[in-house]
Amino acid sequence: MIDEMKNDVVIKAEKLSLTFETNDGPVHALKDVDLTIKKGEFVSFIGPSGCGKTTFLRVLADLEQPTGGSVTVNGMTPREARLKRAYGFVFQAAGLYPWRTIAGNIKLPLEIMGVPRSEHDARVKEVLELVHLTGFENKFPWQLSGGMQQRASIARALSFHADILLMDEPFGALDEIVRDHLNEQLLELWARTNKTIGFVTHSIPEAAYLSTKIVVMSPRPGRVTEVIETTLPRERPLEIRETQEFLNLSNRIRDALRAGHDDA
Amino acid sequence: MMLVIAALFVWAIGWGINIWIARQKPGRWQSIVSAAIFGITLILMWELIVRGLEVSPVILPPPSMIFHAFVTNKMTLLLDFYQTFVWGALTGYAIGCSAAFLTALAIDRSDFLKRGLLPVGNFVAALPIIGMAPILVMWFGFGWESKAAVVVIMIFFPMLVNTVQGLSATDSIQNDMMRTYSATYWQSMFKMRLIAAAPFIFNGLKISSTLALIGAIVAEFFGSPIFGMGFRISTGAGRLELDLVWAEIVVAAIAGSAFYGLVALGERAATFWHPSMRKQR
Repeated sequence: MIDEMKNDVVIKAEKLSLTFETNDGPVHALKDVDLTIKKGEFVSFIGPSGCGKTTFLRVLADLEQPTGGSVTVNGMTPREARLKRAYGFVFQAAGLYPWRTIAGNIKLPLEIMGVPRSEHDARVKEVLELVHLTGFENKFPWQLSGGMQQRASIARALSFHADILLMDEPFGALDEIVRDHLNEQLLELWARTNKTIGFVTHSIPEAAYLSTKIVVMSPRPGRVTEVIETTLPRERPLEIRETQEFLNLSNRIRDALRAGHDDA
Repeated sequence: MMLVIAALFVWAIGWGINIWIARQKPGRWQSIVSAAIFGITLILMWELIVRGLEVSPVILPPPSMIFHAFVTNKMTLLLDFYQTFVWGALTGYAIGCSAAFLTALAIDRSDFLKRGLLPVGNFVAALPIIGMAPILVMWFGFGWESKAAVVVIMIFFPMLVNTVQGLSATDSIQNDMMRTYSATYWQSMFKMRLIAAAPFIFNGLKISSTLALIGAIVAEFFGSPIFGMGFRISTGAGRLELDLVWAEIVVAAIAGSAFYGLVALGERAATFWHPSMRKQR
């Protein structure tokens, strides 16, 4: 039983700190962050800019090196997890390679990771279906709208079947309507694939709508001020955002953000 | 005087036809046809004005005379073309561009080389080619080898700088992406960085393609066997055989433009995805 619970933990951070040395002195991007994420959770990181939410995600992805504390991903160090291709990462911008078609972009990680060529087409078909982009295989990224590009980049992060999906403000640059649409699709995708998702955002409604757990952070030094478990059911139509329950949750997040801001 | 008036008449006709073409529905053939008409008009006017004003052929021979020299000396011109363009310029181009490319890769791998080699490249580029050419002729002899050496020195730096810059053309998201895939250095080199560098590399190749021919011709002024485009130009000018000099210039212009055009075609195929190329599709 205890073993099972241990296996359930996907990400565990203890007293995690990261200090950037800059010309203006040290910047405490993260300070003593404790956090546990279990399998299948949808965890949002929310907070004002400079609170370290992106940095935390990048530490998990082994794109930044912590300067203190410990963190494990699937029980391994972030580096080992990266080398085992444990996660897919979606950046703020789609970052698709313009010389490859959408299908070519999705195949790129497969080529690098040595997935047999015979499987490539099936994988492309599978992930494009998940993000509702079937039929756009042979388009180049610059022929698609911003929202479609970001969906393609999510498809690319899904193509190699990593259990963890890390998303760094993926919809930040998109307009409200596209964003709603993508949020809905993301929930559907999460329900179908049962992935563990870490999602950085600065939008309270987005965090409230998507997450099972909302990690509220505050800046200088970047730290976790509150972890809010959602009260919403897993099944969430867009209209849930008009319910009292949703508003209460949003207010809790807002209060936590404000509290974090006041101490700083 | 009649001929000069005829020249003005030709100009008016050419102008009229091009205006008529410009008013037609835009299409691909128009730019080609109007450019051709412009060229033909220019050549006709040149012929008529030079003959009409009785300009000395030493100052400016008429196009018909250049064409005559071109036809009667075609074997000589072909031999010169082989010697200077195919052996001197193209060999130097191939050696210089590949050397610069490999140096750029080495520089990319090591910060030590970056700090050491780029200044050396800078230094080589700053050497006056007029000063280096006679020395290289001493070192490598009168044959095409010394011409290729001059070309290598001329094109090495522009090619190197462009390639080095191209290798840093990817943005941080694209680089991080490769890291999240745990791509090796060479994987990210071949699947991303070299492709992203292509617009820069082709810039270097294009600049070098024009420099190569100039270098090979100029180097022959400092010693060559008794053939070669540069040799023919310098001796032709000395003997007042200006029609032959002009014929060599025609060969150089055709060869140089064709070479440049070929590189530009390759660029279009390799960098179709780049914003500067997208409109042309």
